[in-house]
Amino acid sequence: MTLLYFAWVRERIGLDEERVALPAHVRDVKGLLAWLRSRGNGYALALGKPAAIRVAVNQEHAKPDDPVRDNDEVALFPPVTGGAR
Amino acid sequence: MIRIQREDFDPGREADALVRGRTDIGALVTFTGLVRGEAGSAIELEHYPAMAEKELEAIEAEARKRWPLEACLVIHRHGRLLPGERIVLVVTASAHREAAFAAAEFLMDYLKTRAPFWKRETTQAGTIWVEAKSKDDDAAERWKG
Repeated sequence: MTLLYFAWVRERIGLDEERVALPAHVRDVKGLLAWLRSRGNGYALALGKPAAIRVAVNQEHAKPDDPVRDNDEVALFPPVTGGAR
Repeated sequence: MIRIQREDFDPGREADALVRGRTDIGALVTFTGLVRGEAGSAIELEHYPAMAEKELEAIEAEARKRWPLEACLVIHRHGRLLPGERIVLVVTASAHREAAFAAAEFLMDYLKTRAPFWKRETTQAGTIWVEAKSKDDDAAERWKG
């Protein structure tokens, strides 16, 4: 799986992109977040509040119960703040 | 049509180009979003290029489905921007004004809550990531149903 991180999620994890082999027990977005949080301090700090994290699977907004597979591109980021205020 | 670019744009020129030679358009709405902030501050706009393009295209398709638009353009900038600079452009054209006004407002509300862009603001006090506002979600929410 390709993981992409943006904004403060990227800063806290300390990476903008990485490739991981998805454990067999990880089947959906919320499972992926739980597994990532267990990978170290930066991940726990970045992903500690799931309500503040948005996820896109293959460049489309995803919900906690949406499935993830090993060949997906998954992006994790804070709520978006584009446009004009 | 959508464009994501670092460079500035000229709203008048973009709007003119969109309707040039057309005789079926009675209403042309142009919305330009500007960067607000104190003098001396700056924002850096990060984005997720592939998804931003897809999302803006999906938002435009949704607007075209809801209103009879003859032409439509969305431009979103990224990179470093200063207060007063243009950040986003929405142009909608239709036979009548109701559709053009409504679609322009819809496009802005939707892109603010769905397009993957993030603002980081640097002022004298330091650098912070701008937080999303729930009123933006509320504004997008009212188009549902």
